[in-house]
Amino acid sequence: MNDNEATTHHHGSPPDQVVLEFKNVSKTFTAGKRKIKALDNVEVRVPAGVITGLIGPDGAGKTTLMRLAAGLLVPDTGTITVLGLDATHDSLAVQASIGYMPQRFGLYEDLTVQENLDLYADLQGVARDQRVDRYRELMRMTGLAPFTSRLAGRLSGGMKQKLGLACTLIHPPQLLLLDEPTVGVDPVSRRELWSIVDRLVREQGMSVVLSTAYLDEAEQCHEVIMLHLGKLLGKKPPGEFSRKLEGHAYTVRAPGLNKRNVQKKLAQGAGVIDAVIQGERVRLVMDSTERPAIKELLEGSDDALLQPVPARFEDSFIAMLRSQTSKPKSLAPQTDFNQRRRIGGGDNKVIEVHDVARRFGDFYAVKHVTFDVKQGEVFGLLGANGAGKSTTFRMLCGLLPPSGGQLRVAGLDLRKAAAAARARIGYMSQKFSLYGNLSVRQNLNFFSGVYGLHGQRRAAKIAWALQQFELEGQADAVSSDLPLGYKQRLAMACALMHEPEILFLDEPTSGVDPLARREFWLRINELAEQGVTVLVTTHFMEEAEYCDRLAIMSAGKILALGVPAEIKQEASSRENADPTMEDAFISLIQADEEESESNG
Amino acid sequence: MRLRGLMRKEFLQILRDPSSIAIAFLMPVVLLLLFGYGVSLDAENVPITLVVEHPSAATHRFTKGFWGSNYFDPRQVPSIQEGVRSLLTHQANGLVYVREDFAESLERADGGAIQVIINGVDANNARLISGYVEGVWNDWIRRESQARGSGPPMPVQVQQRIWFNSEVRSQNFLVPGLIAVIMTLIGALLTALIMSREWERGTMEALMVSPVAMREVIIGKLLPYFVLGMGGMGLSVLMAVFLFHVPLRGSLWLLSAGAALFLLTALGMGLLISTLARSQFVASQVAIIATFLPAFILSGFIFDIGSMPPVIQGLTHAVAARYFVAILQSVFLAGNVWSVVLPNALALMAMATLFLAITRRRSRKRLE
Amino acid sequence: MGRRIIALTIKEFLALLKDKKSRTVIIVPPLVQLLVFSYAATFDLNRVPYAVYNEDPGSASRDLLAAFTGSTNFREVARISSNREIAPLINGRKVLLVLHIGPQFTRDLLLRRPAELQVIVDGRNSNTAMVVLSYVRSIVTGYNDRWIERQGLPKSPARLVTRFWFNQNLESRWFIVPGVVGILTLVVTILVTGLSVAREREQGTFDQLLVTPLRPVEILFGKALPGFIIGLGEASLIMLLAVVWFEVPLRGNILTLYTGIVLFLLSAVGVGLMISSLAVTQQQGLLGAFLFIVPSIILSGFATPIANMPEIVQELTLLNPLRYYLVVLRSVFLENSSFTLLIHQFWPMAVIGVVCLASAAWLFRHRMH
Repeated sequence: MNDNEATTHHHGSPPDQVVLEFKNVSKTFTAGKRKIKALDNVEVRVPAGVITGLIGPDGAGKTTLMRLAAGLLVPDTGTITVLGLDATHDSLAVQASIGYMPQRFGLYEDLTVQENLDLYADLQGVARDQRVDRYRELMRMTGLAPFTSRLAGRLSGGMKQKLGLACTLIHPPQLLLLDEPTVGVDPVSRRELWSIVDRLVREQGMSVVLSTAYLDEAEQCHEVIMLHLGKLLGKKPPGEFSRKLEGHAYTVRAPGLNKRNVQKKLAQGAGVIDAVIQGERVRLVMDSTERPAIKELLEGSDDALLQPVPARFEDSFIAMLRSQTSKPKSLAPQTDFNQRRRIGGGDNKVIEVHDVARRFGDFYAVKHVTFDVKQGEVFGLLGANGAGKSTTFRMLCGLLPPSGGQLRVAGLDLRKAAAAARARIGYMSQKFSLYGNLSVRQNLNFFSGVYGLHGQRRAAKIAWALQQFELEGQADAVSSDLPLGYKQRLAMACALMHEPEILFLDEPTSGVDPLARREFWLRINELAEQGVTVLVTTHFMEEAEYCDRLAIMSAGKILALGVPAEIKQEASSRENADPTMEDAFISLIQADEEESESNG
Repeated sequence: MRLRGLMRKEFLQILRDPSSIAIAFLMPVVLLLLFGYGVSLDAENVPITLVVEHPSAATHRFTKGFWGSNYFDPRQVPSIQEGVRSLLTHQANGLVYVREDFAESLERADGGAIQVIINGVDANNARLISGYVEGVWNDWIRRESQARGSGPPMPVQVQQRIWFNSEVRSQNFLVPGLIAVIMTLIGALLTALIMSREWERGTMEALMVSPVAMREVIIGKLLPYFVLGMGGMGLSVLMAVFLFHVPLRGSLWLLSAGAALFLLTALGMGLLISTLARSQFVASQVAIIATFLPAFILSGFIFDIGSMPPVIQGLTHAVAARYFVAILQSVFLAGNVWSVVLPNALALMAMATLFLAITRRRSRKRLE
Repeated sequence: MGRRIIALTIKEFLALLKDKKSRTVIIVPPLVQLLVFSYAATFDLNRVPYAVYNEDPGSASRDLLAAFTGSTNFREVARISSNREIAPLINGRKVLLVLHIGPQFTRDLLLRRPAELQVIVDGRNSNTAMVVLSYVRSIVTGYNDRWIERQGLPKSPARLVTRFWFNQNLESRWFIVPGVVGILTLVVTILVTGLSVAREREQGTFDQLLVTPLRPVEILFGKALPGFIIGLGEASLIMLLAVVWFEVPLRGNILTLYTGIVLFLLSAVGVGLMISSLAVTQQQGLLGAFLFIVPSIILSGFATPIANMPEIVQELTLLNPLRYYLVVLRSVFLENSSFTLLIHQFWPMAVIGVVCLASAAWLFRHRMH
């Protein structure tokens, strides 16, 4: 990511001025019988005129911190000062001088863009005669000018995000609080948002606090506040976080070896903090500066290339989390999985999608999509929210009939297939659909029951799930009270109870912390090696690297289909010889837009 | 300016989303039509079996009163067995048993007995039918006495004067009462739905963080739906007067004032429920349990409050519909009776104030 | 198939009953409502306030008025001495009726001329007015009989002997309490089933169910059984209360009664599940349940007889399962009706139940959102 030297300049405000200060702040919520310490004795000072990032996995306390600062919550202990005012007692005065964009942008979807702006202008008390200029400026900044009479609900995710931002900026705030503004938004819109925020800071000296789950965004902040489970892990410029790990990071290239295999072996090696697939290499972070013995780690692969690389912010984040949690276990093979008859040879097409479309009213959510997935393959559907990947996914699972085209899963249309055919697939949805008020064991009981397991086999399978997914300690906990990472594990355990041949996973990693994501992909790899076919949707660009093949979707269309390396290759140019998946995505979207413009 | 902005937003949303308009206008029309016609306590054409064992001129003089009455749909059978069967199979609600020796017994000094058997399961209906039978019998006996030249058969005669509703139409009191029941429903539904919408779509957070005071949020919500609710109320009154021909004897102005007070109470209650209940789902559940059945049974709209046990009577004071039913029935049928309207209006005012005050106190600008 | 249904049923029960709050919602309100409504919902009047305007100085009028004072149905609250005082009393709802006796009353009686008792009734609630008048008439009839007896006047040529079968003393409560039992069974069953599918749709678990090998029929069974069992338990409990606490006689055959209950629960569960599978969110489910419950109570014959409704509305009530259930309850409780007599109440409930359940099962997979 580019270096934001500009943001470190302080315009207008003296460098030591503090816009937001948390002293000793704690905040506890009760969920069921459990008390959750959302913030635990947090001390933070946010300087004026810069972007401060709030980083942490789901449940770290980011949103609680934002809401406390906006005067929407009252702390249990401690004081919060915003722009010199007490956020608890003078909350109205605080709210008059800050801008706050909540997670879902706070838009009225049944009002038009203009009506939303008018409402917020009224609420913020912006004088009538100033509005015309202000609106014009905001519309120019966000590029929404052509859409003022469109209903907010009809805007794309990226446009909603920009409208939400415009609404909070209608009365120029001194402090701007943005709660996860980039979640689920396509990379183009993410970049645009960052450039708008950068400009606000640079040109108007605005102070910004922005929370995010994307670790790469941290590097664009002047300072980063790192939170984990309500505790402050650190607050310094992002560079300083990674400096500690300088000399710990490498990339590994092992010709002739499957990169997933390499990553798996490395991840389980001694002294390894982190191993992730990055392009055609595996990025390795060690716990010391000592050069790792790659041969031992890879069990005798001679020609592995080890190349030192600079440390990233993410490395330090993983290192910090790793020091607090144990390493994930690898998934032991299932009892009789290997004896299972495979559906056919390696080239057997397990999922076939031909010219499939789905229409809702006059809106095409999926436009004539064609792809297929071979047995044992990990296939990814990549795209932003609203790109059509969930709709495609639901059609494949037989939950939604297509408006046109053909779908085949294991040679059958699941919508019409006999119940027995459905026993061959496993399904895990976006929301980790578990029965919230049932305990972990009751959920496992239920799912094994509906898949027809009983007696000894059922008991054995439940024991296997509890042990493999490290849920033994939580077996009798109510599942809605579990932390998100545990929910994800339980959901996956439930989907695997009946040893499915094909696994459908819809946004399985959304919202969970980076460690849980790594653990998750490790398990997926294991399953793929055992011959399970996996179809997964995700909006994390870097997760595309874990897939054997993938389809990039945008606005209901497949923009690119193939092996990750090929897709990236197509996007490479003279300026950028080794593009990331995100770069590839952006260039694909831009190319698509140009094409549709030239077509009229 | 903030309040105007909020209200304009709310009106725009109402216009865009037909569901609240449907709740405010369509629901009262449909419910009032259905219930206005469906709910009636006036029994007409009651199926009745006349068991005449030995038909003669004398029995005919008696039974012709049944054939000529609007209240009865008689059927004559010759045997008591057949009569009883008609009663048991619900083909008839009652039977009149004229014995074989009817004509002779009339001549005896102590007179004969005419047996009447009525299915008493529906006690209220049975009482009405018994009254109708008595009416037929009275007419007959008066004629019979006159013919014989004997004195009046009944020394004391009741001369009844039913005020406000001389033709004794139950719709005249049921329809105004229904308006109260229906508006209770609508008030609660409107508010339960609108508040939950803000929460569910995450816009409440955005509202709260703007410098609006909670008072403005509440008024901004209340006023548009108040206007909407008054529209539904107006429609209901029009239907009552022109469709169901309920006389409107009091002033429209007084009626509107009472309606406004009641609507404020109903909306206030809805707001209070959705403010107090943490989850929106619970809010609508409570709204449903706490509105319809109490308004139906405890408001005095159909069951007389004065006859309930004291404890239950005490409970009815917590039902806002009770006060409005009293106002409606009086203003429609009796006129501007201040001695009824005033105390009930004061009670409504007190309830509305209480609900809104608690709502105001409990809804701080916090997300907890 | 059996095992999968059992797994689903166990889960449904756990989901319903594990949470203390939802357990309370299912059990407490019905019992409270049974008590409150059974006491409140009565057409019988007692302690009716009345005023006396007696212009007659004679003893006959005093005797007549004493009969009113002696009745528990009436309560004298005022004596007035002019016509002008009548209107304020009645308008202001201080009294429900005024008994007016003219100056000639005793004289007329003694001269064997018809003597008049003028009764002025507040007709704002016409039903109450009618009931009051029937009370007045029965007091006057009693007085007349005594007068004829005492004066040795010729008796009337015939007497009217009215008997009320099944409910000798015309206790409204005997009619209302079985009705409340019916209403509460309906409300509980619809609350239990009406949200079960919508809740799962909202939480995404319904998709999860649809991708399992469960057939729609199995899902249907699994979803219907808990509502059915809870409804059965609750109906039995409130019936027990009706018999023990309200002393409503249970004269008929228990088996006939339970045939009716089972068929009614079938139809109520069917309607509930249909509403539930039509709804996308719980809110919609709740609204749908509500919009079904309200008309079915009003058009069930619970408070006002179906026979009084216009033809077209009467035909509409044929779609209302509660209508049949109330007939069964009241007939079995009070009339000791036989099974065969009630067959025409049984089959419509069965048809409604089967049709609704079938459409619910179809909707499971075909309802889009």
